[in-house]
Formats: sequence, C-alpha cells, structure tokens
Amino acid sequence: MALFDKIEVTPRDAATSAAIDGALSIRRVSKVYDPDGAGVVAVQDCSVEIAPGEFVAIVGPSGCGKSTLLNVLAGFDTLTAGEILLDGNPLASVSRPPQPGPDRVVVFQHGALFPWKTVLENIMYGPLRQKTMTNAAAEEKALDLLRRCGGLDTVASSYPAQLSSGMQRRVEIIRALMNEPKVLLLDEPFRAMDSVSKATMHRHLLEMYSLCRKTIVFITHDLEEAIYLADTVIVMTTRPGTVKKVLKISLPRPRLPQMMSSHEYLEIKRQVAEGVHEEAKKAFERGEREHA
Amino acid sequence: MRSSSAFVRWRKGLNWRGAVAVASFILLWQLLVRFKVPGFETIPTLSDVFSTFWTKYMLSAKYWKAWAVSFERVGYGFVISQVLGIPIGLLLGTRQMFHDVMFSVIEILRPIPPLAWVPISILFWPTNEMSIVFITFIGAFFIIVINVHDGVRSIKKEHLWLARSLGASPWRIFQRIIIPSVIPSIAVGMTLGIAVTWNVVIAAEMIASDTGLGRLTWEGYVSNTPAVVILGMISIGLAGYLSTKLVDYAEKKMMPWRKA
Amino acid sequence: MRMLRNRKFWMMCAGNLGLFALWYGSVKWIPLESFRRMPDPVRVMTEWFNPNPVFGISIFVKTYYFHILYSTYRALVSFFLAVSLGVPLGILMGWNKKVREFASALLGLLQPVPPLAWVPLAILILPGEAAVIFVCFLVAFFATALNTYVGVKSIDPDYFRAAACLGASRKDVLFDVIIPGALPNIFTGLQIAMGAAWFSLAAGEMIAAQYGLGFLIMESYNLVQVPTIVIGMATLGLLGYFSSMFIRYVGGKLMRWREEAMGVKG
Repeated sequence: MALFDKIEVTPRDAATSAAIDGALSIRRVSKVYDPDGAGVVAVQDCSVEIAPGEFVAIVGPSGCGKSTLLNVLAGFDTLTAGEILLDGNPLASVSRPPQPGPDRVVVFQHGALFPWKTVLENIMYGPLRQKTMTNAAAEEKALDLLRRCGGLDTVASSYPAQLSSGMQRRVEIIRALMNEPKVLLLDEPFRAMDSVSKATMHRHLLEMYSLCRKTIVFITHDLEEAIYLADTVIVMTTRPGTVKKVLKISLPRPRLPQMMSSHEYLEIKRQVAEGVHEEAKKAFERGEREHA
Repeated sequence: MRSSSAFVRWRKGLNWRGAVAVASFILLWQLLVRFKVPGFETIPTLSDVFSTFWTKYMLSAKYWKAWAVSFERVGYGFVISQVLGIPIGLLLGTRQMFHDVMFSVIEILRPIPPLAWVPISILFWPTNEMSIVFITFIGAFFIIVINVHDGVRSIKKEHLWLARSLGASPWRIFQRIIIPSVIPSIAVGMTLGIAVTWNVVIAAEMIASDTGLGRLTWEGYVSNTPAVVILGMISIGLAGYLSTKLVDYAEKKMMPWRKA
Repeated sequence: MRMLRNRKFWMMCAGNLGLFALWYGSVKWIPLESFRRMPDPVRVMTEWFNPNPVFGISIFVKTYYFHILYSTYRALVSFFLAVSLGVPLGILMGWNKKVREFASALLGLLQPVPPLAWVPLAILILPGEAAVIFVCFLVAFFATALNTYVGVKSIDPDYFRAAACLGASRKDVLFDVIIPGALPNIFTGLQIAMGAAWFSLAAGEMIAAQYGLGFLIMESYNLVQVPTIVIGMATLGLLGYFSSMFIRYVGGKLMRWREEAMGVKG
C-alpha cells in the first residue's frame, strides 16, 4: 500500500521482499497485558517466518496466546516487544502501533458478516469503501467469486441470517478475498461446527486456497484439521505463549480426505500430538489451580 | 504494586470531563440568572436555593414530614405492586390457561397512563391516602407483571427438560429452576418500577394531596417562590436516587451469583 | 393449529367479558359506597356512543375530537423532538468517548429528578402550551438517548474490527456499523419513549393545560361527570396502544434483515 512504499527498505529486508507478496516475518514478538500491574504474559519471544503463499496453522491449547498473536497481526492490538514485517516492510513494532487494513483481512471465530447487509453488499463492502473499484466492477467480481466458490451466487441477495453457518463462513472468506489481501487471517473459523460440515468447509477452503494462493494464517486447536490443511504447523506452548515446535507437512497437494488415514499423516500426527497434549495438560492443571 | 494499581483505578474513576460538565452546567445557570437573560428572570440561582433551604427548611418539621410522607406512599405502592405483580407474572408465564384468559385483559388496561386513574381512584377509595397509594401501585404493577412474564417465557427449555428427566416434581422445578431464572427479570422490573413510582407519586401529590414532596414543589409554584420549586425538585431527585440505591442493594442480595 | 388459535381466541373473549362482568357486577350489586360511585360499563358505553350525550362527550361530538387532536399533537411534537435530539446524542455517546463523559455526567445529574417534578418549573418559565410539551419531551428524551447508547454499546466488537479490516473510515463505521447495529435498541427506546410521552402527557394536561384528554378527565372529575372520566381514560389507552403499534410496524419495515432471518429460523 502507498503508506508502506515510502518506507526505506534495508538491504536485508530487500532480499525477503524480492519474492511475491505475502511474506510475514514475526520477530521476537511479546505481548504483556498489564491491566492493573498484574502483568500477564500472553505471548513471549515468538519468532516465525512465513513464506509468501504459505498455509500456516497455529495450534495450541486454549489461552495459549494464539488469538493474541492473531490480533497483533491483524492490527487490533499492540505488541510490547519485537516487530512484525510484511514483505519486508514494518507492520507493527513497539514504536509503531498496528493498524488494521485490507492487506490482511480477518475471518472471525463467531463470524462477522454484517447482518444488516445482504451477501452481495457484504462482499462488495471492502472495495467500495476503499474506493478501489466502481460499483459495477465490484458487483461483477463479487458475483464471479461467489459463482466460482461452489455456486453461491444464488444466495447473493439473501441476508446472512438466512444462510447456514457453513455458507456464512464461506461468504466471509469470499468477502476477505475480494480485497486481494496479502495475508488471510482465520481465527478458528470452524470451531462451532459438527464434523460433517467441518469436512465440507475444509474442502471449500482448500479449493479457495488453490484458486488464489494467498498466505494463510489459520488459528485452531484442532490438530488433525491443522495437519490436513496446512503446509506448516506451529505448535504453541501454554501461557506464556511461545513457539514450541515447527513442523513442515510433506503431504502432497491437492489434499484429499483419504490422506487422513495415510501412514504419513498418522506419523506426523503422532509427532505433534505429544507436544500438544503436554501443553494442554499444563494449561488444564494451571486452570484448576487458578480457580481453586 | 497493589497500591499503585489502586491509584490508577481511582484516577480512572474520577472522570474529569464529567466534573467539568457538571461544574459548567451550574456556572451557566448562575450566569444566565445573574445577567437576567430573557426567560431566566424569575429563576433563582443555586445559592438562593441553598440559602432558602438553610434558613427556612432545614429545621422545618413540615419539610421533613413531606419526605416521610412521600417515602411512605412510594413504599406502600411499590411493595404492594411487587407482592401482587410477581405471582401474577409467574402464573401468566407458567399456566397456559391463565395466560390465555388474562393476558389480553392486562394488555387492555396497561396502556392507560397511571395518572389518568387519579380521579376514578379518588372517587373510589375512601381516603385520599389510599387513592394515592393505589395510583402508585398501578404505576409499578404492569411493569413487574410484564417483566416476570417475559422472564418465565425466556427460560431455556433445556433446563426444564433436564429437570424433568431427572425426575423433579413440578413444584420442585418451580422452586429450583423457574424462580432463580426469573430473578434477573424481577430485578429489572423493580428498577424500572421504583423510578415510575416516584414519578407517579410526585404528580399525584400535585393533583390530589396536601402533603408530600410533590405538594411542596407545587406550593412553591402557587405561592410564586421558584426557589422552593427547585428545592422541591432537588429533594425529589435525592429521594429517588436514595430509593434506587436501596432497590439496587436488594437486587444484589437476590443475585449473589452476579458478584463477578 | 387452527383449533388452537380458535381456543386462544375464545379464552381471550372469556377473559375480557369476565373483566366487564366483574366491573358491572361489582358496581351493581356490591352494597358499598365506593362501588356505588363508580359508573358501570353499560353506562359508559351508552354515553360514549350516544348521539346526544348526557355530559357532552361522545364519539358524535366535535369537542371529543378536539381534545384527542390536542393530546395527539402534544405527544407527537414532544416525541419527535425527543427522537431527533436523543438518538443523535445516544449515538455520539457511543461513538466518542469525550462526548460520553461530558453527557453521561449531565444526564446522571438530571435523571434522578422524575420528569413530572419539572411541571411546576416548566409552567413558571414557559408559556402554557410549551410547558406540557417540554415535560413530555424530557421523559421521551431520556428514554431514547439511553436506549440508543445501550444499543451502540451492545454491538459485537467484531463488526467494528471487520469494518476496519475492510478499510472503512470512522465515518463509514458510523453509517455502516453503529447506526444499523443499534437500530433494534433504538426502536425499543422509541417504544418506551412513546409510552413515556403519553404517560406524562396525561399528568401534564391534568395539572397544567386547557385542552386535551388529561384536561378532559380532570374537568369531568371536577364536574362529577363520572362516565366521561372513563371515556377519557379509555381513549388515552387506545391512543397509546395504537402509537406503540405504529412504531413496531415502522421498526419491522426498517429492519427487514431481522424479520427475514426470523421468518426462516422460527
């Protein structure tokens, strides 16, 4: 964006930004909440490098700071140490309060389609407000995206509450893609779904991903989902949240449901599960202590 | 650590903009009166009101009697409306038959403004006191009935099913599930009710009584002493505020689980 | 379903007939002075629908409509004044922290004073007609401002975040998130405000007016025209009922996204 173009690029950063858009570099980020001097460390010294177009899943027990990390990435929250670069340009640091923007759009845990706008109006919202498209062009693109994503153009004039929750989530992802973001941030978007609709949503998400290779940061506590969808799985420790394990998933794309019973998949799952369960147990025990 | 955080919280609580707003309101009032801006010639300043209070009312038994009388009326009207309204609301919510018969009757009577009942009430009740209490009662009654009714209707079906499948008797379900679930709605009804009750008592006293804070204010108007009118208004405001605090306290006692 | 609706309808009739029977019976047959002084429903009805009313007020008399028009005019003027000031104030309070801090202190200072306690002061400073309207305005204003503010506060913060992600400016957020998001609460506020306007109108007119239904009730009391008192009360009730129904209707039209969602789900 224009704002970032003006910033001088250091030689080291220039090397990373030579690649296509969407390289995220999280460097030694910490976040301490200090409401009344208590000093809760949500994220501590967290470093991750994400390549352009990479699908990264961040897994961890609830309360491990993965949502905090996402909020910092999205620009909803400040960080207390470290810095984040997007394509070599500083996105957030201690001296630079983060700002949300259409280059990294969030899909929310509970869904945040505007209930008072129709599906089409929701999808056209971004480009119209940023004034990057005319009304007609936005409508054309929106309908085209809807059509390509499983024929959703039939519900273009419905209100979100008239759709199933799976459809709502797909529409919300399309609304994000409309802005041509560099990064797509998904905050446990399928959390409240049953396993059948979850599987359908996985298929749709993978389709969308192969359609337009955006960098995706996908937050979840569901290990199997993370391995099945992502190129890289990052396991976070419980509070203070930091990176415990980074796993490259070598399963080929396109990913298919039957892969979930392949030897390779099960082997990866076994490796990650140990780390996650250890952390989940710690978090659980601490929760018991805190409420005792 | 602790003490500094307490200090931070104290500073946050002391909202300076609010203090500025209140101070400038009082200053503006003082200035408008002092410079006799058209429309404000007859209005006393706040200091006039205080000196009136200091010299004539602070030691006057009649003034404090007015407080007592108004409080008594509000108290009776409010308590009777809760005592009758809560059971009726519960019946409306739990008994379909009762609901079908009674709900439309309540819907017919509800839109009549409480103060429109004043003349009929005076005609009907043998003493003036009873008629004022009756009007006050009307003011809070429909509010509590509707709130309790809505509260019962919005109880989660799952809670009732669970209790039934565990073999609870209807009385037990009523006691252990319906009553606790309705308490927040009762609290809302009480908060709204106490405010309306003061409103009604004040007007009823102006129309149909020779005692009470409403009457005190009205006499200020009749005798053309605006300082008394404003003194009356401030007293009523304080009285209303005190009784709201009282109701809040009662609600906190009713809902210990709301502490956090 | 149809059977059920029928049963409900008959129950409702039974309830209402029961009310009138109770009224009629107690006035006719309870040998107490209190009940003797009450008019029975038959007397009220015959007076209300009488071309030549005994006490001068019925649906065939021009003065009746004159009172109705006066009251409606006052209620509407105060209601619209309250809405056009209260809704923007509530939205501003939810939108901007500074406005909230200034305004909430002032509202907090004035709110404990029951609106009807303003009547004597209002008639002291304002000319006759304006006094009653001012008092009604005050009640309705508090109700709309407060409910609008609560409405803005109850909007899910994710909508604000989503709007920020999609590149909305502060002004866009106001029109695309705050106003539509607060609309359900605003309409609750409008209904309460309308009810409150009628509530205080009755009182204000009884104390300080020359026309209107509240005045009619009070005057009929002074002249001991008991059936006319009841006619006045019933008319006030009807007007209040219809105006709140009207607001519900407009609200439903404006919030089609809610109605349609309910139509599918419920």
